[in-house]
Amino acid sequence: MNVTFTVNGEVQTVDISGPESLLSVLRNNLDLPGTKDACEQGECGSCTVTLDGEAVCSCLVMAADAQGTIVTTVEGLSSDDSLHPVQVAMLDAGAVQCGFCTPGIVVAGAHLLDENPHPTEVEIREALSGNICRCTGYGAILRAFEKLSAEES
Amino acid sequence: MTTDTSAGVRSGIGTSARRPDGEPKVSGNFAYASDLSSEDMLWGATRRSPHAHARMVNLDITPALAMSGVRAVLTQNDVPGEPLFGQEEQDQPVLCDGIARYWGEPVAIVAADDEETARRAAAAIIVEWEPLDPLDDPDEAADHGKVFREMRIRRGDEEAVGSVVVEGFYETATQDQAPLGPEAGFAIPDGLGGLDLYITSQWIHVDHRQIIACLDMEPDSIRCHPAGIGGAFGSREDISLHIHVAMLSLATGRVVKMVYDRSESFVGHVKRHPARMWYRHEADEDGNLVKVTARLVFDGGAYAHTSRAVLANAAFFTVGAYRCDNVVVDAAVSQTNNPPCGAMRGFGAVQTCFGSEMQMDRLAQALDMDPLELRRRNALAPGDPMATSGQIIQGSLPTIGVIDAVEAIPLPLPLTEDDPRLLPGGTGLTTPKSAVVRGVGYAVGIKNLAFSEGFDDFAEARVIMTAAGIEVHTAAMEVGQGLVTVCQQIARTVLGTDRVAVVWDDTSQIGSAGSTSASRQTQMTGGAVYEASIGLRDRLIADHGGDDLRDDGVYRNSERVATIAEICAGGPIEHHVQFRHPETFEPDENGQGDVHAGFVVAAHRAVVDVDPELGLVRVVRVDTAQDVGRALNPQAITGQLEGGIMQGMGLAVMEQLVVDGGVIKNPTFTDYLIPTFVDAPDVETRIIEEGDHWGPFGAKGIGESPTISSTPAIVAAISNAIGKNLTRVPVPPEDIIGNAATLKASPHS
Repeated sequence: MNVTFTVNGEVQTVDISGPESLLSVLRNNLDLPGTKDACEQGECGSCTVTLDGEAVCSCLVMAADAQGTIVTTVEGLSSDDSLHPVQVAMLDAGAVQCGFCTPGIVVAGAHLLDENPHPTEVEIREALSGNICRCTGYGAILRAFEKLSAEES
Repeated sequence: MTTDTSAGVRSGIGTSARRPDGEPKVSGNFAYASDLSSEDMLWGATRRSPHAHARMVNLDITPALAMSGVRAVLTQNDVPGEPLFGQEEQDQPVLCDGIARYWGEPVAIVAADDEETARRAAAAIIVEWEPLDPLDDPDEAADHGKVFREMRIRRGDEEAVGSVVVEGFYETATQDQAPLGPEAGFAIPDGLGGLDLYITSQWIHVDHRQIIACLDMEPDSIRCHPAGIGGAFGSREDISLHIHVAMLSLATGRVVKMVYDRSESFVGHVKRHPARMWYRHEADEDGNLVKVTARLVFDGGAYAHTSRAVLANAAFFTVGAYRCDNVVVDAAVSQTNNPPCGAMRGFGAVQTCFGSEMQMDRLAQALDMDPLELRRRNALAPGDPMATSGQIIQGSLPTIGVIDAVEAIPLPLPLTEDDPRLLPGGTGLTTPKSAVVRGVGYAVGIKNLAFSEGFDDFAEARVIMTAAGIEVHTAAMEVGQGLVTVCQQIARTVLGTDRVAVVWDDTSQIGSAGSTSASRQTQMTGGAVYEASIGLRDRLIADHGGDDLRDDGVYRNSERVATIAEICAGGPIEHHVQFRHPETFEPDENGQGDVHAGFVVAAHRAVVDVDPELGLVRVVRVDTAQDVGRALNPQAITGQLEGGIMQGMGLAVMEQLVVDGGVIKNPTFTDYLIPTFVDAPDVETRIIEEGDHWGPFGAKGIGESPTISSTPAIVAAISNAIGKNLTRVPVPPEDIIGNAATLKASPHS
């Protein structure tokens, strides 16, 4: 069966067999490996993308349910010559170590700031509580988003 | 090690230079091993034992072979070379040899056209088992002599007695490293009968040694390449799917990809050893330690892996960062049918630090002394003998310095807000502010640096000057810790240029860098890069009659005498180094000797809010003071300290692999709890710089230290809040609610 949806501004049609997750289709069919696969249970947030403006774990979305939706992955947040402000803030704060959680945090964090440009510390923690980071202890990530929150919008 | 450092470098040592892999990582363009793919690749899958201990009475692969799209199904009979692998002892069959010795042991492997077919084919293999009783109690195993190693430490007078005595029995749970990146391998046939392997690893040369032995291949025909790694923490120090993916690729002549899913990852790598520890501390009335007696039983699981070295570390750090003239330690690491254990951040020192720091708090109570005063009074310092091995401490060891520094960090204000997100139990709304009791606890931890006990520990690096800049070549694994940045910074500072790139070589291109473990790469590979850079610089200066090397050439009396283009006119110029740390020695029969190359110390202070009625804990903050030797990259150090503390906190209050009869009951992120953003305490760090006697610019490795004493500091804080001694981690709510102060007798006492 075919599923057609928009990914990072481009309309894509993929032939799927049925049980695939959106995560699987992004990684294996659309050559977008930036979205990571780390638990396939919606616990770690490594596979976070936005779907019609909502942050979701793409491992929990059936690819077939993406029909007609607009999906943005981490690859869609930057261009060849410019990074998203969240990506710059993460680099400045030293919020990247192994980086496996980073794409999910970038997408979830960019979504948070779209919804709430000046989140408090507790709001940042809560918004990113679905994204596990095993390396940084979250401190540098928090500092990155506190700096973004303090900026004029 | 000292040197004159060139001026004019922006991103040399001491700066928080940005990591070169940061931009690809934030933009999703960094290639992790699990991201590698090719058009015509096959997928590998593994069939595993459903029993912790069983005899295989029938194995029939024909149903899998008959499936459309299946290209190979391999068993132990198909292993071309040595049937067993292992880093220290070769004791584990590549695939089940007729007896399954742990739950999830690999039995057969499959290569198929796609991932789903590979998994279905693995499931279609017929395996019949005769279940055997699993030996799942490490004490029982030790009683029957089933041990990977026993350690005996005798120092001083075994009959010495102190007037103040405290005893305790402590337990630590099985902890999983749970790196976010799964185990992954990608094997590419070279058309000549060999392979290029891209594998998640911490030490590709030791993997390579085991792979070629089991495949019966010449060293040059298999090349292991550093691949992009999503965290490690010890989990990648031993072989997982490495030999399997290579076998499937050789059998099919095709590119093969293997990736473990999360549940498979939980059975696919070694764990932190669960430990049972009985301690008796004796002191005089002034609080001077007189004697420490301990019995340690670690559960090594089914196969040896690095259990021998882990046990030695546990035993040598039984007393912690304290002086004591009389020490008796008997330690064993058992062989059971539980999940195999091996390396995890802290490597044995974590377990005994928990036991010994709980004991120091009990001793302080018995002496009616401030727990920090007791620690200062006994603090180990340079020139002192290690309590266990008797080794005289060389280099720096600011034990009192880290205690003073962490104590001086201001304590947080009392809880004033009623926001449930800041209360134990969180938005479960279980705990009103009025029910919360606050506690404060301290702990100190010590760890050895690099490999010990006479191991020939070295790291190779090659530094090359080209017309475009400097290349640093190494096979050291960057697992996220930031070695790549440190290597750049060291070369920049020595060679006077910011134009430095790190190039990852495969096993055929450069010698071993040793493992990315034991807090060793900043000093070992960093040391190799330092010496190679010095060698290159001195040679260029001598060749061109100069007195300085800068970004644009060799200078004499501040005038340029050769440009980089002129220097490299005949081609790139390189200097290759094999770096070794100070020699270490095997301990004697009493565990005595210069077994370690160096030491690092840290102190932690935890503040917790506890609901004593429900046994709920919120870790409010964990502050730390860390001995770093010299800070090469302060931002990277902070990242290691904060991240390490979070894993120590996990062990203190939530992380436990539940193993019942050898079976892992919670091999998912749903059931194995890892601290999240809302669990994460605030952390304040103090970096203590006292240069060490070896290592680049006096730097020490600090990767493991933050995980060691953070756990007991948090438990001490909970104890302080509820007024009860606690004895096991992660602290179960029932121990907070119930009568946890009851001492259990050691089964060996």
